This record gives sequence, C-alpha cells and structure tokens, in this order.
Amino acid sequence: MSSEGDRLHVVTADDISEQRKRFGKILVWGSAGLLAFIAILQAADQSGWIDLGFANWRPTLYAYIFWGICLCASQVITRGEHGKRTLFVLPATLFVVSMVVFPLLFGLVIAFSDWNLASPDGRKFNGIDNLRQMWDDPFYWNALRNMVWYTLAIIVEYAIAFGLALLLNAEIRARKFFRVAFLLPLMLSPVAVSWMIGKSMLENRFGPVARLLRELGVENPSFFSSPEIAQLMIMLMDAWTYIPFMMIMILAGLQAIPRELNEAARVDGAGAWTQFWEVTFPLMLPVSITAILIRIIFKLKLADIIINVTSGGPGGATDSVTSFIFREYRDRSNVGYGTLLAIVYLVIIVIAMTLLIKAADRWMRPRY
Amino acid sequence: MTTQIFHDTEADRTFRAKRISGRILIYGILIVWAFISIFPIYWTITTSFKMAPDVMKGNMVPWWDYIPKWLGWRSLGLSPDTIANESTVREEFLKRFWNSTVVAVSASTLAVVLGSMTAYGLSRFNYRFGFMRNPDISFFFLSQLILPPVVLALPFLVLYKSLAMLDTRIGLILLYTLTVLPIVIWIMRDQFGSIPTELEEAALVDGLSIWGAFLTIILPIAAPGMVASFILSLVLTWNEYFFAALLTSSHATTLPVMVASQTGSQGISWWSMAALSFAAILPLIIIGIALERFIIKGMAAGAVK
Repeated sequence: MSSEGDRLHVVTADDISEQRKRFGKILVWGSAGLLAFIAILQAADQSGWIDLGFANWRPTLYAYIFWGICLCASQVITRGEHGKRTLFVLPATLFVVSMVVFPLLFGLVIAFSDWNLASPDGRKFNGIDNLRQMWDDPFYWNALRNMVWYTLAIIVEYAIAFGLALLLNAEIRARKFFRVAFLLPLMLSPVAVSWMIGKSMLENRFGPVARLLRELGVENPSFFSSPEIAQLMIMLMDAWTYIPFMMIMILAGLQAIPRELNEAARVDGAGAWTQFWEVTFPLMLPVSITAILIRIIFKLKLADIIINVTSGGPGGATDSVTSFIFREYRDRSNVGYGTLLAIVYLVIIVIAMTLLIKAADRWMRPRY
Repeated sequence: MTTQIFHDTEADRTFRAKRISGRILIYGILIVWAFISIFPIYWTITTSFKMAPDVMKGNMVPWWDYIPKWLGWRSLGLSPDTIANESTVREEFLKRFWNSTVVAVSASTLAVVLGSMTAYGLSRFNYRFGFMRNPDISFFFLSQLILPPVVLALPFLVLYKSLAMLDTRIGLILLYTLTVLPIVIWIMRDQFGSIPTELEEAALVDGLSIWGAFLTIILPIAAPGMVASFILSLVLTWNEYFFAALLTSSHATTLPVMVASQTGSQGISWWSMAALSFAAILPLIIIGIALERFIIKGMAAGAVK
C-alpha cells in the first residue's frame, strides 16, 4: 500500500530503524506461523490422525484474531506514519474479508455436494447434480419469476413515494407531524408487520379490511387464497414498509433543488405540470436512480413477510427466492441444494445489478 | 348605504377557488396517507386491550364501543395485576428483549466504529491494496450490500457450528455488523467528505498525530452522521429476522423470532399477539418519533451530492 496524492497532505519524517522493521516482520510471520500450526494441528485432530481432544475450532479462531491484531500492529511498527494511515482501513477490511470471502468459498464447496442435515451420511461431493436438479425445479424458477414481479412493483412504489415527497415539500402546516407519521412504517420489523397487517388486519372474518370490503359489498373477501391477490397483498405490505425510505431520499433531493430554478420557470410561463416535468423531474433523476437501486437491493432480500404470512403459498405463488431457500433449509434440511440455489441467485443478482448500474450511469449523464 | 365599489374580478375569484380546492386536495391526500401509515399501529395497540367478543364484533375505539381490558398484557405477564407475580412468559419475553437490545446495540456500535474509521481513511488518503485503489476499495465495501442473506446463511450455520458459536449473541453481533457496515460507510463517507481538510492540517501543525486529530477534532464534528448511521443500523438489526431464525434456537433468540414463533402456534389469540407485537415495535416507534430528524438526515446522506 502506498499513499501518494492524498487529500490530506502530511509531511512525515519517519526514521524507522532496521531493528524495528525486523521486529514487525517477525511479529506478522510469527503469528501467521502460529495460526498455521494450530490450524494444522486441529485439522489433524479432526481427521483422526492424532488425538488432542479439541472440542471445536475456537483455538484456530483465536489464533486468527491474534494474527489480525499482529498484522495491524506491525503496520505501525514497520511503516510508521503510513502504517497509522493504513490502520484506518485495515480492521474493517480484515473483518469483511474474513466474514464474506471465507464463507463464500465455503458455500461454493457446499453447493456442489449432496448434503442433507437430516440424513446420517454427511457431505458428499456430487458435481453438478444439484445444478441439474435446479434446472428441473419448477418452484425455483417460479420464485425467480416472482422476484421479477416484486421488483417491477418498485415502479409503482417510486411513483407514490415521489408524490408524497412532493406534498411534504409543498407549503403545508404540521409538516413535522406528517413526516413522522409517514416515517413510522419503516421503523417496524417485518415480522411484526406480517402479524399486524397480514395475519390480523387482513384476516378473512374479523379483520378490519375484510369488514370494510364487506361493507362495500364484496362477498367473502379473502386475501391469501388466490395467487394473484396473495401476491398483490405481499407487494402492498412490503411497499407499506419501504415507501417511506424512498420518500425520504426523494424529499432530500427535492430540498436540494434551488428555489430559483422553479421561480425562473414560472416567470417564463410554465404551469405546474410543465415545471414538474421539465425542471423538477430531470433534476431529480440522479437521486431517483440511487433511491431505486437501493430499493431494488432491499427488495431482492424480501423474505420475512412471506415466510411469516403465507410461507410461499398458495402453491408457491408468493414465494421469493429467499423464502423458498429458507424453507429448503428449515423444512427439508437440504443444505447442499439450498446453497447452490443461493449461489445461483447471487450470480444472477450480481450480473443484473452490474448491468443496471451501468445503464443507470449512462442514463444519469446529463442530456441537456 | 354604501355599495362596494371594488370587486374581485372573475379571474381572481376562480384563482382563489382553485387555490382552496388545491389545498383541500393536498391535505386530503396527506391525511389519508397518514391514516394508512398509522392505522396498523393503532389497530395493534387497541387490539392488545381487547377481549374475544370485541375482536369478533370489530370494535375499534376504546371506551366508546368497548372497554379496554388487560387481557393481552396479562398473558405476557406485563399487566398491572400480574407484574408483581412470577411469570415464565414475562421472563421469556424479557430475555428475548434483552438479547435483541444487546445484539442490536453492540452490532451497531461495532459497525459505526469500524465504518467511521474506514470512511475517514477512504475520504482522506489514497490507498493501494494490490490492484485495488480507493474507488475499488469503496466499491468492495458497498458491494456487500448486494449480498443476499441466503448466500451467507448456510456457510455461517456450518462455520458457527464448528466454532461453537451457534446460538450465541456474539455470532449474531458479528453477522449483523457485517450487514450494516456498508450503510454506515456510505453515510460516513459523505459526512467526512463535507469536513474541510484544513481542520486536520491545523491540528497536525499544532502537534497532534493523525489519530489524535481524527479522534479529538473530526469525530465530534461528524457526530450527527454517526448518530444517524447508528440509528439506521439499530433499526435494521433490531428488526432482522432471517439470520436470527436460522442461527439461534434457544439462548440467543431475538424478539422477531419470538413474535414469528407465536404467530403459528397461537392462531387466533389476537390480544396476546397484539401485545407482543406492540412490545416488539415500541422501542423503535419511540426512537422514530424522538430522533426522526437524524434518521432522515442519515438516509438523505449520499442521496444528494
């Protein structure tokens, strides 16, 4: 790591003795050696060559943490001022790498094996059998298709959020009250929401919504028995929680638009609609795209409400990929297959998001 | 008798009518949406004080069409007449509540500490890890947001099992820190970017080290951003269900898991479910009302450049 052309220029005269450098190096390599030694010992113990009576892999974990600390310390010891700068980023990097990269590699191994926690056989490598099974699994494809629908619902959410943000940005009284009221759904846990709305308010007999519909003349309202309506209900509940999120980002964007622009447009004779369409909306494009991208990311994780309200039913009509895999783990303990599905999902997401971000980037370039 | 000489012209009168109808429309929509936002919460609170007949009859307004009863809260052991007695349900509830608090607060703290350091470093210095430069490192951190929880869930299940960290709070804390870290870095990078570097330069000239300047000069200025990111992390970690459901079983289960496990088994015992749900969302409602401007600030960061 080097640091030239920093925003913050600091002239440092570091004079680090050879001895100090050597000490730093010994520290890193020594602790790395210790880590390797313990890991090998544990591996040997695990495979039964020698019996040291380790209950779990904790010792390796401790050695790993110790190595991490030594690595951070040695940065300062060997590189002085530059090392201190590295120290800002190094802990988080080590943390994320060890928490993401290792499990992902590990997940890859699991994904290509036949492993059911319920069966006594343990893990067996089975090549691409899982892939083949996935190819023929209509429920997984169905879940993926549902995700497309769920994601498309964001367009409607965005329109509503934009409208609300415009209203909150208008000259109104009690703005703070409305802002807090609109924000509240975001604070609620999806699990609580799934009970509050999905299980009680949308209950067929006594729920207030069913009662209201009956007043309006709907015979036997039911919300989770037909596939389309069930899916719509899930979309509505999810939208209810996350519209405030988009609304606030858009509101922040609206407040950053200089008032003069709209005033100038009005002087030039633009009506409210033209003002919105020709001034506000184009200026809001970057914020909108950021908000939508983040919303998509959150939407792709949609699961809690589905797991708790419909558990995928009726007939998988409301399943999201996450809730489908959750049930694969929970009910069938089919970890090998479930992990493969998850990794395929990750690949699809990464490709789709990259394309989206690229497209958004091109789009955001001002056209005017 | 004097007659009015000056009259509003026809155009003026339509303008005013238009304006008034516009106002009515705006407030109408605002009130309708406020109702949509608040009604489920109101419904939950009132239901927790209902009895079975009240639920069936669809009574809505306390003291007007039904008499509030402590039934739901009694089943949690939190009503006035049971609060002094022993209650296993209450103990269970308090244990979950405490777990949730510990996990959410520690994960958020850890994420804010790590995230602030990283964001500061990235906003001030140019790094190079192999081929990765600053934008790549930023992207590396932010891209963790895309990672769906399902991908990590199973490897962690196996990993934690071999580390004896399954069903422990520390396991959840580490995982939650990972999930909120990108958001913290995102907010804090924006925050530090808006602080002029002259401040540190002055501090360095005065003899502080770079860490001294960071801790004593910059962090206090960046406090609003830290509060905002802390609260956002708190909301996300408090509400997290997926990992908690898979990685905990009896010791470290959090409130959402408890709420979810009750929905299936209790079926129609609405009052106690309502009480439980309400108890689970209450802390965040309070935070939401009290610290609303920080939340808004946090989410606005990064949206506007």
